Order: sequence, then C-alpha cells, then structure tokens
Amino acid sequence: MLPVLQVGPLVLPTASLLTVLGLGAALWQAERQANRQGLAGGVVYDMGMIGLLAGVAGARLVYVVRFPEAFLNKPLEIVSLNAGLFAAWGGVAAGVLAALGYGWRKGLPLWSTLDALTPSLAMMALVIALAHAASGEAFGAPANVPWAIELWGERRHPTQIYEALAAAVILWTIWPRRAAGSEWPAGVRFLMFVALTAAGRLFLEAFRGDSWLLPLGLRGDQVVAWLVLAASLWQLGKRLRPAPGQPENKP
Amino acid sequence: MSVKANFLLAHWNVFVAAILVAGLVWIAFSRVESDLIPSLAVAPRQGFIAPDFSLPDANGETITLSALEGQVVLVNFWASWCPPCRVEMPAIEAVYQDYRQKGVIVLAINATAQDDAQSALNFVRSNGLSFPILFDGDGSVYARYQISALPTSFFIGRDGKIGEVVVGGPMAEALLRARLETLLQEGR
Repeated sequence: MLPVLQVGPLVLPTASLLTVLGLGAALWQAERQANRQGLAGGVVYDMGMIGLLAGVAGARLVYVVRFPEAFLNKPLEIVSLNAGLFAAWGGVAAGVLAALGYGWRKGLPLWSTLDALTPSLAMMALVIALAHAASGEAFGAPANVPWAIELWGERRHPTQIYEALAAAVILWTIWPRRAAGSEWPAGVRFLMFVALTAAGRLFLEAFRGDSWLLPLGLRGDQVVAWLVLAASLWQLGKRLRPAPGQPENKP
Repeated sequence: MSVKANFLLAHWNVFVAAILVAGLVWIAFSRVESDLIPSLAVAPRQGFIAPDFSLPDANGETITLSALEGQVVLVNFWASWCPPCRVEMPAIEAVYQDYRQKGVIVLAINATAQDDAQSALNFVRSNGLSFPILFDGDGSVYARYQISALPTSFFIGRDGKIGEVVVGGPMAEALLRARLETLLQEGR
C-alpha cells in the first residue's frame, strides 16, 4: 500500500496520480485504435477530452447542488481545485452524456466507436485496480487463506490483487489482434469487455469486506453486475447471431 | 469461425442461461449474514472505528477521543512548519464556530515529535484558534493513525466510525461544512 507520494513539499495521492496517468494513456490508445478501425481518431480523442471536461464540471455542479449551503460563505470555492468537492456519479453521468452527444453530432458510428474505446476502458479498469491497491480501498473480507494480507488491522483477502489480475486477463482477452479481432462484428469487443467485467465483479465481490448491502444480506454490486451481465450477453447474442434476413454488423 | 465458436453460438441461449443461473447461485451463496461490513474493527480508515487516544491539551488537561462519543469529531493532524496546515486552520476555526453548538468538536493534534510545541502555541495564539490543540509528544498517535502526510483529517461520526479521511490540504471551507453537515444528519 502506498497511499501518497511525497515529492519535496508536495504530497501526491498515488491513486489520483495513477488515474490521471491512466487517463492520458487511455486517450492516446483510443485515438490510435480509432485510426486502425478507419474512424476519425482525432474526433474520438476530442470526444474523450470533452467527456473528461464535462465530467469534472458535472461532478462539481452536482456537488454544489447537493450541498448549496456549504458554499454560501465562500461562493468562489465553487471553482476551487479542491479534489474533495466532487460528486463522482454526477461526473460520470455528465461525462458519458457529453461524450455521447459529441460523438452523435460528429456522426461517429456507435458500436464501432465503443469498440475503439474498449482497450482504453480495459486499461482504465486495470489502473483503477492498481489505484485501489495503492490506497487500500476496495479491501477484502477477513480471511485465513495463506495469501491473505495484513490490512486495516486484520488479515484479509487481497481483493485489490484479485481485481488487478482479473482486469489484466480481460485486457489481454479483448486487446485487438488483427487475425482474431478483424472477424468480430461491430460492438462485440465492447460487449465482451462489459460482460467479462460484470462477471468478474459478480465473482470477486464475494471476497470484499466493504460491500454495500441490500435486504437479506445481498451484496448490491453483485446484483447490479448480474443485471449488466444479463443485458450484455443478450445484446452480444444479437450481434453475434443476426436474425435471418438481417445484414451482418461488420466492423 | 472455429468449431468451438460455432458450437457456442448454436447453443447460445443455453450458455447464457447457465451463466446467469450460476451467477444467482453465487449471489445467494456469498450473501452476508449480518450488516456489519466493514466489521467493528478499529482502523484509521473510512468505515472503521477510529483508534482511541488520550492526549494532553495546551492547559495540560487530557482529552480522550472515546469520551466524545455522541459528538461529531474532526481530528486534524498538523504541524506549525507545514504550509497547507497553516492555510486551512482559519477555515477550520470558522467552521468550528458555526458548528460547535450543533455537537461538533475539533481536535487538532500537533505532530509534536516533528514540531516545536512553542512554535505550535505561537501559531495557535496568533490565529486565535479556540478549539482544543493536543500534543502528540512521542508520535504514538501519529503512528497509530498511520499518517503519511500533513495535514491529514479524520471526520468521525457520532457512533465513533470514521466517515472520511482527507489526506493533504488545505481543505476548502465548503468541504469542511459539507462533510460535517453530512455526519450530523447521519447521526440523527
């Protein structure tokens, strides 16, 4: 665990640093993959940047709407660089909507664009797992297995390592290879990534020590992952086996 | 396409149904018997019980964290030589003045093992800080809270559980207000 990096007087949170570096690499890879697929790589890169900027603005806006009274004394703090003043899900929603809107306006084909973004998304999943390992977040349940790690006062499942291994396997599986990837219809790479990630989450969540719980002790993330898995497999089946008379979804 | 892939596609619905049923079984198998996640373990991390401590304040009186259960507590580790610690102190004071009547207490733990107590007191006086300043002379509380950088702040709820940890600073006043307000509402 390495929660912060001290560089002279600067204290850099390792998880945030990894995330920023990962985002840079993911944007670069998205442009590269889009060019390979015959899409406008520059437009895909811009779409990613717009998504990021809208995400940051949306996260702050949602936070301000949620806690308006906190800004009454110092309204200028609405534009402060303080990393704690963001609402994560508001940012994700705003970023995704802005990116989709931009892509739609620029006439990017939805499924092929998602395929081009998939290696970047898989890279980010790995980066997030490593960020969790650095910060000690997403920690495991207490365990007596020989590979348990000492964390937060107890020996626990190293769920961050499980998460990183799963993300690495998924990244390897969906990584574009000319011979295999060129056969896949549009959208299949993206849907495979979603299905594999949901399946991994469904399995690994069982070892977590910080799950949010639903009635009957059900782990909320597992239920969400199961629903995402069902939806992605259903859509994957549709794209892999086009109905008779329908054209194939070429990449 | 390979023979395996063709076989899979021919039996796609069976494959999907089998995976989804296995998923449901796994969800049922791995459900949690109680709602104690994370457990009631003590650790300096969000969701856990805050490690207890007893430290002397500027008047020599000992303050114990566990004696403050029922109040929302902001524990702030700081040093007088630390620029972001100095910058955020006026914001902490302003928030303390607004929230102390609502059941919020601030404990500012000076990392005395790597600071000078007199410099710390001078800073406190010159800034008119009214909340308790505690002195961690041997660094034992600093070590127990696994502090990796100054300032580090722990927002602790009425039940003694840590609601959030903020590493680094300076914290914005809005952040302080939002976090404390959330903890006050949770404890109602």
